[in-house]
Formats: sequence, C-alpha cells, structure tokens
Amino acid sequence: MIIIKKVGKQSYILSNPVNITSTAAIVGPKEKEGPLHQYFDQCLEDEFWGEKSWESAESKIIKETANMAVSKSGLATQEIDFCLAGDLLNQCIASSFGLREINIPFLGMFGACSTFVEGLLVGSTFIDGDFATNILCGASSHFCSAEKQFRFPLELGNQRPPSSQWTVTGSGCAVLTKNGTGPYITAYTPGKIIDMGIKDANNMGAAMAGAALDTLVTHFQDTGRSPNYYDAIFTGDLGYIGKDILIDLASSKGYNIKSNYNDCGVMIFDKEAQDTHSGGSGCGCIASVFSGYIYKQLQEKKYKKILLMATGALMNSTSSQQGESIPGIAHAVSIEI
Amino acid sequence: MYKQLNKFLNILKEMIIIKPIESKEDYQEYVDYKTPNSPILKNCINAFWVGGLICTIGQIIFEICVSRGLDETNSYAVVSMLLVFTSAFLTALNVFNKIGKFAGAGSLIPITGFANSIVSPAMEYKSEGYVMGVGAKMFTVAGPVLVYGISTSIIVGFVYLIFNLG
Amino acid sequence: MNIDWMMLLKAFCVGGIICVIGQILIDKTKLTPARILVAYVTLGAILGGLGIYKYLIDFAGCGATVPLTGFGNLLSKGVISEVSTNGVIGAFTGGIKAAAGGISAAIFFGYIASLISKPKIKKQ
Repeated sequence: MIIIKKVGKQSYILSNPVNITSTAAIVGPKEKEGPLHQYFDQCLEDEFWGEKSWESAESKIIKETANMAVSKSGLATQEIDFCLAGDLLNQCIASSFGLREINIPFLGMFGACSTFVEGLLVGSTFIDGDFATNILCGASSHFCSAEKQFRFPLELGNQRPPSSQWTVTGSGCAVLTKNGTGPYITAYTPGKIIDMGIKDANNMGAAMAGAALDTLVTHFQDTGRSPNYYDAIFTGDLGYIGKDILIDLASSKGYNIKSNYNDCGVMIFDKEAQDTHSGGSGCGCIASVFSGYIYKQLQEKKYKKILLMATGALMNSTSSQQGESIPGIAHAVSIEI
Repeated sequence: MYKQLNKFLNILKEMIIIKPIESKEDYQEYVDYKTPNSPILKNCINAFWVGGLICTIGQIIFEICVSRGLDETNSYAVVSMLLVFTSAFLTALNVFNKIGKFAGAGSLIPITGFANSIVSPAMEYKSEGYVMGVGAKMFTVAGPVLVYGISTSIIVGFVYLIFNLG
Repeated sequence: MNIDWMMLLKAFCVGGIICVIGQILIDKTKLTPARILVAYVTLGAILGGLGIYKYLIDFAGCGATVPLTGFGNLLSKGVISEVSTNGVIGAFTGGIKAAAGGISAAIFFGYIASLISKPKIKKQ
C-alpha cells in the first residue's frame, strides 16, 4: 500500500509521527545573562571553553551538546543511525570536527541559520520512511567565529548599526526516535529560496522575512490550518525588525499571527540590557531556544501544538562584497504532543 | 493627549507608507521605513568630543616636543607614534573596541583607528599562525588605506613633476 | 613651557569636525570602516598635493595631522619634496619615507600586541 504523505504544494504529513525523545542545549556567557538562561543545560563562563580558537570552541560546544542529548535519550551511541548536523563555518567544520569521534554515520546539513529545522525534517523523513529508528539532529553557532568569518575582528572599534543582530554562541541537539511518548513531529513544510532583493548584510531579518512568509502561507494553504491551530509559532532569527515585518506581511495575506507568534532571536536576549540591537541570530539561536526552552514547555504541556520555523540567509562574505542580494529560506515543522 | 495624537499620527503614517508590496523596490522602501535609524545626533556628539580630544592630546604632545627642541616634522612623527602606541596598547587590553563603540568615527578617523585596524586582525588571526595569520591578516583593513594613500601620492608626484617641467 | 591654549582649542574643534563628517558618512551611507579610512586618506593625499591641506595644519596643528586625512597629506607632502630633489625616483620613495613613523609603529606594535594578548568578547 502506498500512502501519499504530500499535501498541497510542498507540505508533508507524517503517517507515523516522529518522537523527539530528548534535547540538550549549551550556550555561551552572553546567553547566560539573557532571559532564558535557566532553561539551558549548561552556560559557559567564557567563549574559548579552554580551547585555542573560536572554531575549536564551537566544535567542543556541539560535541558536548550532542553527547548530552544522546545520554539523556537513554540510547547507546551505536543505536543512533544517523547524525544530521551543521553550522555556519566554512564547509561546516564546527560540526564535522566536533562530531568526528562520535562514530555515527554523518550527514552534513547546511541551510544557514535554518540548519536545525532542516535536520529535523530530513531526520523525520528517514524515520517515517523506515530508513532509521534513531537520529541525532544538531546545529551550532559561535558569536566570535561568526564575526571573524562574516564581519570584523572582535577588537576592531566599530559601531554596530541598529538593524544588526547578535550571533548566538550555543548549540542545540535533539534525538528523534520512531517510538516514544512525544512531543511528536507531525508535519513539515520545507521552504523555497526567496530573494527579496535586500543587499544590506546588517539587516538579515528583512532579507529572511519574505522566505518566512512564503513558507508560513504555504504551510497554512497546504494543510488547511489557520494560525490559531497552533498554540505558538516560532521563527528562528528574524529579530525585532524581521518579526515586525513578518507580522505585517502575514496580515496583508490575511493571516493574523500577532497573538501567538514569537521569534527565538527576540526571546534569547534582553534587547535593552544586553544591547543586542535587533536580537539574536545564527544556527545556534533556534537550536538552543528550541532544545532548551520550547521543548520543556511542550513537555510540561504549556504548548500543545507549535510550528517551528527556522529562517536562513543564504549568503557569505564574498557574495556581499560582490554586491549580490541576500536570498532567504525558511523551513517549518509542526510539533504536537 | 500627546500620546493619543502620536498614536493617531503613526496609524496615519502606516496607512500612507504601507502600500501593497508588489516589487522588490516596494519591499526595500517598506524595509527602510521599518528599520530604525542610527542615533545620528548622539553619535555625532560623541564622535566630535572624542575625536577632538584625541587631536588635542596630539597637540599637547606636539608642543612638548617642540619645547624640547625637536623640529616640526619630527614632532608630528612623535605624535603619530605615541598615538599609535596608545591605540595598540588599548586594543591589546581589549578596551579600544569599547571606545570605538561609543565614539564611532571619533576614534576611527584619527590615526588611532588606523592602528586599531592593524592590531585587531593581528590579534584575531593569531590562531592561524604567525605568518599567514598575524603577518598576512594584519592588513585586511589597513592594506587598502596604504594602497590608496600611496598610489594617490605617487600620482601627485607625477602631476607635480609634469607641471614643474612645463 | 608655554601652552598655546588657542591652538589646543582649534585642534579640538577641527579634529572633532573632521570626525563628525566621518560619523555622518557611517550613519547615512552604510560605508564600512575600511572604505571611510580609504576615502579619508585619498582625500588627504589629494588636498596635500593641491597644497591646500597645509593651511589647515597651520590653523589647527594636530587637529589636521592626527585624522587620517593628515596621513594622506603627509604622503603627498613627502612625495612632493622628494620629487623636487630626486626627480621621478622621489615619486616612489618620498611618501613612505615621510609617513614611515606611523606605519612602522602600527605594524610593530600590532605584532607585539598579537604576541601578548588575545581577543575578548564585547560584553556590551
């Protein structure tokens, strides 16, 4: 018997909802000062974490987070069939170096800051399709390694414009399994690449909001759901400006998401006290906020149905120097208990 | 009363500015409206007094040098070197970026900013080694300054030669 | 020693105004710091070549020499004086010779700083 899982244009309803059995999040010192600090499994005291470079510190963060998520799941490492992880560093070295000793078949993921949800939706496809029973998904980012790669040296005395965002130092990992007691991934909508023509690399939220809107509207149209179907809708790292834009754009399409929508980049920092301008960003933003905060809310049944939508800006420093615009992407997964 | 008026004005503004977004140009216009501007007045005041102060310190050093009998050219060189040293020192102490965040162009435009732009990548890329890291990356920001400064001055030299020959 | 208070005030004001122009460029045009510095040094070299910048130095002293336009002016000034004595060769040797103090100091202290210090995250 063939079950067609695709609904509408590009959404998929899983026939066997995939269980998220455990999550873990490790974040840096600035995130420790943020409003969500008590939800993270571990907060670091310094960004080097005893390593010699930012890059190896980021590798260590994702490695320790992955180990923590696996040990919380109660599974032995060899029971995990796949590891799906990614980050922002050139050729995804943070995750491939961090996870080189983990001895699990590894598939590198890249969707810029949407990597974590990309991993979740690929992983749940594998499990729902009976290719795997247990899968580890993860993503990481590090403020200092990202600044070094995309912007300026840390010690350069420059000013950050108000639309700029602060890359989250941290990692989140989740273990997906075939059986379990939930929360479950029940449906997902992978996103298309949407280019709104924004060229300002200091205004990522605006560059990604178009992609977020496209995925959101497509998800509602394909599944026939409305915004009130969900207790909460979370985007990855649109920040204050992008969040505002998405609310406006969605209402112009006839979807009112004002009451139950929030953005992980807005939630993770205190804008005024921490001077993060337009909020947090990076792969580690939605990964750590989901793994730390949102997952616990689901377990405590404070949310019953959520839509988790990670947004990514598909650019690098070469493309912005060449004057290219910044295409965005957004992937959404429905998680229900 | 004032609050209500303000609220009303904002609604009016939104109605005028948010037209349906049909093209990338519309979206850019809408984004520009949504994006907060830099606090330019505050930035300019800070840039003014910090930049002015750095130049004043330079002037004090200059006058001390002159009073000790150094000629003008050498005194200006001493000013540059001392300011460069101070900037490098503050950068190494992880303090200069805080000054730069506060003062913006006030610490960037004086020679302190040039020094900071050499010292900060040198420190940052230490992890890539002393030759291709520190040695090469030192000039990521300052390199273009030297390229354009020196090239312009050479052109100036040629122009001067041509005019003086003619 | 005699402190020339008037000169200090002029240095403060002229230096401050040159920085404010840079600040307006940063905030209004989204130019990166590298581009601002390049623009300043080039402008300084041109003004120096035209012989205009020295009037600003006479007026404000370090208020004109310390900003990067002063650095550009120094390059041009060096080239011009070297060209007058050595001809074509001077066009290539004069600039760096005049500006050697600042450049060498920045490179040397930059290297030393990288030996002794590590970058640290901005707390704010």
